[in-house]
Amino acid sequence: MTVPVPHRVVRSTAETSDTTTVLLEPEGPGLAPFRPGQFAMMYAFGRGEAPISVSGWEPPGAGGSCGRLVHTVRAVGAVSAALRGLRPGDRVGVRGPYGTGWDLAAAEGCDVLVVAGGLGLAPLRPLVAELVDGPGRFGSCSVLVGARTPADLLYRGTLRTWAASPRVAVATTVDRPGPGWTGDVGVVTALLDRVAFHPPGTAAFVCGPEVMMRATARELVHRGVPAQRIQLSLERTMHCGTGHCGHCQLGPVLLCRDGPVVGWDRAERLLTVREL
Amino acid sequence: MADTGGAVGAVIDRDGLSALVRVLREGGRTVVGPTVRDGAIVLDELESADQLPYGWGVELEAGYYRLRRRTDRAAFAHSAGPQSWKTFLQPQRVRQWSAERGTDGTLTAREEPPPTVSYAFLGVRPCDLRAITIQDRVLTGGRYADTDYRARRTGAFLVVAECTEPGATCFCVSMGTGPAADGGYDLALTEVLDDAGHRFWIRAGSEDGARVLAALPRRPEDAATTGAARDAVAGAAERMGRTMPPVDLRALLQGNPEAARWDEVAARCLTCGNCTMACPTCFCTSAEDVTDLTGGHAERWRVWESCYDLEFTHLPGGPVRASGRSRYRQWLTHKLSTWYDQFGSSGCVGCGRCIVWCPVGIDLTEEAWAIHREAEAAGGAPQ
Repeated sequence: MTVPVPHRVVRSTAETSDTTTVLLEPEGPGLAPFRPGQFAMMYAFGRGEAPISVSGWEPPGAGGSCGRLVHTVRAVGAVSAALRGLRPGDRVGVRGPYGTGWDLAAAEGCDVLVVAGGLGLAPLRPLVAELVDGPGRFGSCSVLVGARTPADLLYRGTLRTWAASPRVAVATTVDRPGPGWTGDVGVVTALLDRVAFHPPGTAAFVCGPEVMMRATARELVHRGVPAQRIQLSLERTMHCGTGHCGHCQLGPVLLCRDGPVVGWDRAERLLTVREL
Repeated sequence: MADTGGAVGAVIDRDGLSALVRVLREGGRTVVGPTVRDGAIVLDELESADQLPYGWGVELEAGYYRLRRRTDRAAFAHSAGPQSWKTFLQPQRVRQWSAERGTDGTLTAREEPPPTVSYAFLGVRPCDLRAITIQDRVLTGGRYADTDYRARRTGAFLVVAECTEPGATCFCVSMGTGPAADGGYDLALTEVLDDAGHRFWIRAGSEDGARVLAALPRRPEDAATTGAARDAVAGAAERMGRTMPPVDLRALLQGNPEAARWDEVAARCLTCGNCTMACPTCFCTSAEDVTDLTGGHAERWRVWESCYDLEFTHLPGGPVRASGRSRYRQWLTHKLSTWYDQFGSSGCVGCGRCIVWCPVGIDLTEEAWAIHREAEAAGGAPQ
């Protein structure tokens, strides 16, 4: 089994009350390059590992030095709480990259919809970065972001940067607005009416709570987006990341190996059966 | 499948079996085989062939296992016991890596060196041989290999004992895994007991096997022995205690996740996980992280885990499979159906262990038949 590769925390940025983004630099040889949508097993010394999507990286520098990794962690258990509490100078172990990643090539020539709910924006961030920076391989690109409250919106600065880009349209909505919130209120699917896309020629990338992904995919299919061009990033328990522990099964799918990104044409039935 | 290396079959007596254990041990191997202990035929390290369960048989039924004395001195006239070879190839607890935290906060992690054990397994049933090849595919056949499993498995010398005495819970014929061996072994034995005496037809299936065979006291195979051996194995195929419905089980199980039968079986299932522990292919594990008292040394252990455990599907919002119904459905559907999608074959070899060691006697063949009948009654073929 691959062992965790030590990384040093370069920067730690609080995103929300329970979520932090860390920038990690490998101590010694780093990991193989990640693709958007892939994940790492992050190791908090003595506590254990958690699968965390990659939210960005800095490309390898000259002289064979390795790239820095960006991960956004929400504290939901002992391991993720330890990872969320990382401070600059702390060490953390990282294994990866694991999983399938977003198939952005399949979206070439299409209008692109990126739909995120809550922490679901984390694995989509490097994908949007490619849309913003990439040449005009795509039609209209829209980023739709939902969160519980304005304070739960991730990457607020980055969202503003994206919104300023001529390549993408950005729309946000919250379930519960606070003082000063002048934006949309309600579920993220309502934002589909705010952006332009040609459904039969659209590719969608969706990540968020399962109920939100189901509702979004169904609404997109209803509007005429082909099921096989709707990609979701799914979540199940993972202990190994290498296809051996069996925890991440979703019916026939081993999510660490065949996912976490799965097409709606495959996922629909699996997400419809309760407790599968 | 033909024996490799042009090896010719031979006949050995009990002396030959004793020599086999001796030769394998002298070759530096740890010999593991069946032996009687604690009221069962267990797998354990053998120092000599005298420890084989000569004269012992077993009575099996759903939730029932008893040793019984045989009227003959057969060594391999018993079917699967409570353990399988995964006990040795994928042990219940394995340390995978250790990590140190320096006083300056630095982190180092070191992979556990692979074990150096060299096994010889004596008396592997054809169904269990298939189970080993299935575990090979799961644990070493993908992009990432389990290094501990690979080290234990590589070079393991496999002596198959073809099955001549199936138990009442056996259904290897339905699963296409026995009772005959069709390759993948180093040596294959078929036990023969008749008026001409107690002997074993033995063939090599590998160069290693041929070398070991050449060191045993033996005589050339004769038509009476090979004929009796083939008849005994063919007779075993006729005496299977159980059958699976002769349908596409992969389609049946994946096509009927909402069958009413799942509720019925859930009312009996204790979700104890015995079936997963006894199953020779169930491979699921959990990661366990520990630290010592100084807090500077940590270890990662891989331990057997069961999909019946509520924590198995733990997510921040709660377990995905909270009901016993969904956990039994996951186990049976994985075993008979989704295993094909994940690893290219069924996960069931028809050994019957899960039936025997279920404390309430749930019989997966009966469950598969019930789901088949329900699907038929509901309007024909499964998807």
